[in-house]
Amino acid sequence: MKVVAPLIAVWAALLALLGMTVGASLVLTGTPSLVASLGIASAKAALIAWVYMQLRREGGLMRIMALGAAFWLLILLGYLALDYLTR
Amino acid sequence: MADAAPSRQRDTTLMGMYLFLASEIMLFGGLFAVALALRLLHPQEVAAASRRLHYGIGAANTVLLLTSSLAVALAVAAAEMGKVKGTVAGLLAAAGLGLGFLALKAAEYGMEIREQLLPAFTPAEAFDSPAAHLFMDLYLVATALHAVHVTVGVALLAGLAWRVHRRSLALPRAATGVEVVGLYWHLVDVIWVFLYPILYLVR
Repeated sequence: MKVVAPLIAVWAALLALLGMTVGASLVLTGTPSLVASLGIASAKAALIAWVYMQLRREGGLMRIMALGAAFWLLILLGYLALDYLTR
Repeated sequence: MADAAPSRQRDTTLMGMYLFLASEIMLFGGLFAVALALRLLHPQEVAAASRRLHYGIGAANTVLLLTSSLAVALAVAAAEMGKVKGTVAGLLAAAGLGLGFLALKAAEYGMEIREQLLPAFTPAEAFDSPAAHLFMDLYLVATALHAVHVTVGVALLAGLAWRVHRRSLALPRAATGVEVVGLYWHLVDVIWVFLYPILYLVR
């Protein structure tokens, strides 16, 4: 049970976050809506990566590999946004 | 083969998998970039197009995928303890939930075809605006590419369950194999976690 309980707790947290993102979409619009939906999605992704993909028990090398992809993606999206936002 | 240094072998396997997953993230990253550009350029039209999607179906599909990730995580835990039945049950449950996701997605596409929302089945004039048409192109490409990944994942999970059941993969020594397929499935889930609000919940 020691292994199983955190896995189920994360699942419950993920469903609660899904409820939050749907709820937020009913009340927020524009930039606050975008920030809320991406923030909640990032929290869900972090839970899945940390507990389900077991990064919490891996060493630094594996964590850097996993974070590297997110970092490259942020470079791509960051420069793209810079272009469109400064026209 | 795995006797010399199992932990190093495992690290190498996982690292290769993470490199592959990074390439998958960049593949979908291009689509996320398109979504960002569309939203920055046409905020009103994109929000109007997004409101026409069935966000309840998308939420139900999110529940299916999140639950399937739990099943895979339980399967990996069972595999590491050498429990064959638990591993097979977790993998099959995840594969079944993946099939449920695909069935719901197909039904949703059918509704969107009838509502004249889905590109390739809808004349260009039927869209509310050129930007809405672009957004629905993105919707179709992104969800179809994701569905292909779910299909591959279901096949991998089912094949793995079969091999564990037949004992051609001996647990717990082969637990890394279960772990690697699990990583792929979790990533497919994470991609959907971002696709859902980016496509269905633009307001």
